[in-house]
Amino acid sequence: MKGFVDLHLLLPNHVGQGEIKDLIARSAELGYSSVGIPLPIDVAGKDVEDIERICIDDDVDLVRRVDLRPRNVRELLRLLRVVRRRREVVAVRCTSKSIARQAAKDRRVDLICFSSSDPGGRFFGSAVAQLASNSTAGLEVDMAPLIAIDGFRRIRLISSLRREVALAKKFEVPLVLSSGAFDRYMLRSAQDYASLAYLFDLAHHAAVRAMSDTPLGTVERNRRKLGPDYVAPGVYVVKRGKDCRGS
Amino acid sequence: MRRRYIGVRIESQGELEGRGLAAALSGSLVRLFGEYGASLADLRLVDYQPESRCAIFRCNHKALDLARASIAALKEVDGEKTALRVVCVSGTLKAVRKRLIN
Repeated sequence: MKGFVDLHLLLPNHVGQGEIKDLIARSAELGYSSVGIPLPIDVAGKDVEDIERICIDDDVDLVRRVDLRPRNVRELLRLLRVVRRRREVVAVRCTSKSIARQAAKDRRVDLICFSSSDPGGRFFGSAVAQLASNSTAGLEVDMAPLIAIDGFRRIRLISSLRREVALAKKFEVPLVLSSGAFDRYMLRSAQDYASLAYLFDLAHHAAVRAMSDTPLGTVERNRRKLGPDYVAPGVYVVKRGKDCRGS
Repeated sequence: MRRRYIGVRIESQGELEGRGLAAALSGSLVRLFGEYGASLADLRLVDYQPESRCAIFRCNHKALDLARASIAALKEVDGEKTALRVVCVSGTLKAVRKRLIN
């Protein structure tokens, strides 16, 4: 079975362990082999260990992620310096055009995302797409808001997503579909989310790739970088210590 | 006219009635694709088993994408939070029943 990846499963702060376990178990049941959970920068080690234990019980790979919500470019750069070596996936929620441009060109950023509730707050234009295409940043689209909101707001959201997905395709920016769910009733299987992507003209096979190969590639690339053998892009330690003798 | 049968599992906070489920899904279809889209999809509830929480829907094979998107977008039935998960899609009712049972 293909391993699907949901890089954005939201665990609200006030919920108990039972509910966290329920959400993770439900993700596993729906066929996700890896789940990305946003952890605050100052999260306690014990809390991470608890989540890790739950994931191991349900046979789900935990991806440690951080969601940055900087107020300006300077704050974004400061936060990136702090978190890059601590998290496997760094996502930036862009609230202005300047933040979106900086996040798109910064190679420490893995995902850029925008507000789903305010269609006017989406800044993924062709300039941002071009910057992202020369960097490592991908565009993340949360699917749960498409289910949660309706009426005129959903119409505006679908319209924005259609434009953004077309731009991402044109500039070859990696697209990642995530659940963005905080409730078990908002969670769907990857195939069902891919069906929902039909609303913004994303082909089924491309949507499935955006929930499997693309996020998996990001996670693997970052895990290699965070590993002890990474030196620089393309340079890794292959032997060390006594292994090097005689070679 | 060729048809597709869609087998789904239902997860809901409370007990659902078949009529409510069909109405909620029609509502979801109309909200997403309008009356014209709904007429193309011709989505109907064929079978509903409350005890096993399974249902089978039928649609026009050319409008399968519309039907699946409407199923995924459904969030509430009769005021109860609900999620439908597509288990299988087939051209025959017999095949869908067999796969739902398995």
